[in-house]
Formats: sequence, C-alpha cells, structure tokens
Amino acid sequence: MSDIPRILYCHCAYAKVVPDDVKHEVLRQLTASEVAFDAVADLCEMSAARDPALAGLAANGPLRIAACYPRAVKWLFHAAGSPLPKDGVTVANMRTETAEEVLVQLGVAESAEASR
Amino acid sequence: MVTISARPRIILYEGASSEPLDGEIRFELIRQLLGMGYQITRVRGSGRIAQHGRQHQLVLGRFAELSSSLEVAGDTGVTVRAIDNLDAEQIVELVESAVAELAAPARPAWKPWFPVIDYDRCTNCMQCLSFCLFDVYGVSADAKIQVRNQSNCKTDCPACSRVCPEVAILFPKYKAGPINGAEIDAEDLRREAMKVDISALLGGDIYSMLRDRSAKAKSRFSKERDDERALKERQRCLAKLQEQMDIPLEVLATLPTATEIQRKAEEARARAAQALQAAADHSHPHGDL
Repeated sequence: MSDIPRILYCHCAYAKVVPDDVKHEVLRQLTASEVAFDAVADLCEMSAARDPALAGLAANGPLRIAACYPRAVKWLFHAAGSPLPKDGVTVANMRTETAEEVLVQLGVAESAEASR
Repeated sequence: MVTISARPRIILYEGASSEPLDGEIRFELIRQLLGMGYQITRVRGSGRIAQHGRQHQLVLGRFAELSSSLEVAGDTGVTVRAIDNLDAEQIVELVESAVAELAAPARPAWKPWFPVIDYDRCTNCMQCLSFCLFDVYGVSADAKIQVRNQSNCKTDCPACSRVCPEVAILFPKYKAGPINGAEIDAEDLRREAMKVDISALLGGDIYSMLRDRSAKAKSRFSKERDDERALKERQRCLAKLQEQMDIPLEVLATLPTATEIQRKAEEARARAAQALQAAADHSHPHGDL
C-alpha cells in the first residue's frame, strides 16, 4: 500500500450547500495541479447507493478529502459499509473553509508552489 | 428524486505515453462531468488505474501509442477513447455516446435527503424509531438502530434529528449545524437537554401533545361549532410544529389523519420497545446483569 496520500474531491452536485465559488476554485486548482485525484459527483449519493467504490477509496492508504463536515463524511462512509480508517484521513470542509484553506489541507497548494 | 444511470467511471488518463490536456479544458470537462453525476479519476505518473468497485471504466486520453502503456487493474470492463484535438463539450458528447453504447442499466432513483446516524453519539434509545411515521428506521440483527428505508424520508424534514436526545442524527445536506454534521458545542447540548425537558413538561412525546391538542380542538369544535376557530387552532398547532422542528409545511400537509397517526405511533412505539428488549437480550444473552 502506498504512503502517498490520495485525494478525493466531492462536488456535492445534488444540493446547494457548498458555496459554488469555493468548490469551483478548489476544483480549478486541483485540475491545474500535477496531482492525480478522484472526483465524485456526490458522496451522499454514493453512500445511499452503498457504492463499492467507497470501499476502494477508504481502504487504500492515506486519503485527503475535500467535501463537507468531517463528522458527516465519516458517517456517510460508515453508512455505506465502508468505514474510513481511524488514521491517515484528512477532511477539508468546503462548507466552512476558504478554497485556499482546503487546498493547503489537500497538499495541492504546496504542489502548485513547487511546480512554479 | 434524482434518476442516475449506472455510469462507467471516467478515467482521465494523463500518465506515461500521453499528452496532458490544456488546463482550462481539463477543468471544464471535469466540472461538466461531475455535474452530470459521473465519478472521475485523473491519472498522472505511472499510469496505474486503481480499481473502484465493479464499474465499467471509460478511459479518455491523448495517447501517443493507444493503450500500450495502460496497466488496468482487476477484471472490470474497460473502454478506451482518444480525445485528441477535442474541446470539453466535444469530449462530453463523446462520453455520452460511449455510455449510450454501453447500454448500462439505470440505477434506482435517488433523493438527496436521508438521515445518517453518528454511532459515536447514538445510545440506541430508539426514540427515532418510535418517532418516525414513515418507517425510515429499523433494527439490525444485533439489535442496533439503523436507517433502513432511506427513500421513505421526507425531503427537507429533519424532525427525527430534532427529537434525538443525543444529536446523533445527521442530514448532511441540511442548512444548519449540528444537524448537517457540524461539531456539537455546549450550546447545542443545552438546547437538546431543554428539548427533552419541554417534551417531559408536555407530559410525554410529541404525539401525546398532538393527541391532546386534537382532543381539545375536537371538544371545542363540538361545543362551539366554530369551523373557523377549529381551523385556526389546527393552523396554529402546525405552525408551531413547523417552527420548532423545522418540518416543511408540505410534509405536515401530507401527514395522515390523527387516527392514523395514533395507530402508526403506537406501532412504532411497540417496535421500539421490542428493539430495546432485543438490545438488552443481546447485551446480556444469559440474563446476567
């Protein structure tokens, strides 16, 4: 299992609870960076469908998630039968944090700086 | 309800032996595909594609040598499409056409509103099971409360989380904390404690309150024969419920009759009592306390 953190971005496509400017700026910087990442339309939808992809995301080493409240993300994975590991998971909250704060937690801000 | 087809995972391959997309095209493409409900993996570096469940994978890329350097993990089906010289809109069209060719079966309709239980806080008290009139909750084989029929949940109604004494029920798409998953502070806990006290002062659960109000209203109605006053009382009661518990008016308007509510509430209470007994039996299988 690799120690390089993977990145998961949730677009919260089925509700308007994440500010558009934050999620679009995070996505813009993420796509402009050199990093590999997973992007999903809506973690809630995947949880409701018990999408097996969540198990793959939860189980393959360190993970940095850009989504909403960490407590919500934790229990959405749990509800899908794919609980997140206790260690190695960072959740950046796009409902309350700025795009810059989220990108720092994803490790993308440093990556963008380094590539300049 | 949102209808979502069982779509393939989109792999945007920008690894070895491929040309990366222009940044603006990449952003626009991913933004549009996410808005359409797709899951996307952007691959950089070694070009290994991780497996995500059993989804079919649609690999897009500007390949120098088509698929020669692609290592595909697992036994999922893979479709590869070259996207040289295409802009974001054209790539989206290509994706839609490839998906149509796959003729994947549609996934069941989905409603972006359902409760999620925070088991770090839940005490398995079964209040939610007892409260919900729409059979959203059930009990697992090991006697734990669980969300069983999430599609029965009424959109925008967070009432069960309002009655939960432990603030253990989340609706991730709710507007405000702590129901949306925000951390719980002392003020939230104080409010919850007050809520329980209010319930106790009313002499029991909310259905008792509803029944009492209904009985009083009936009595007054029979004495006074005042349609308008009875209607106003009902509206006042509903408005209070709506305000206190943030239950949407549409949900209140679709509630069953008072008799039906009573019947359902009694059934739910019986189920909750049964579940609590099962939980107790599960904790102490030999009766030793």
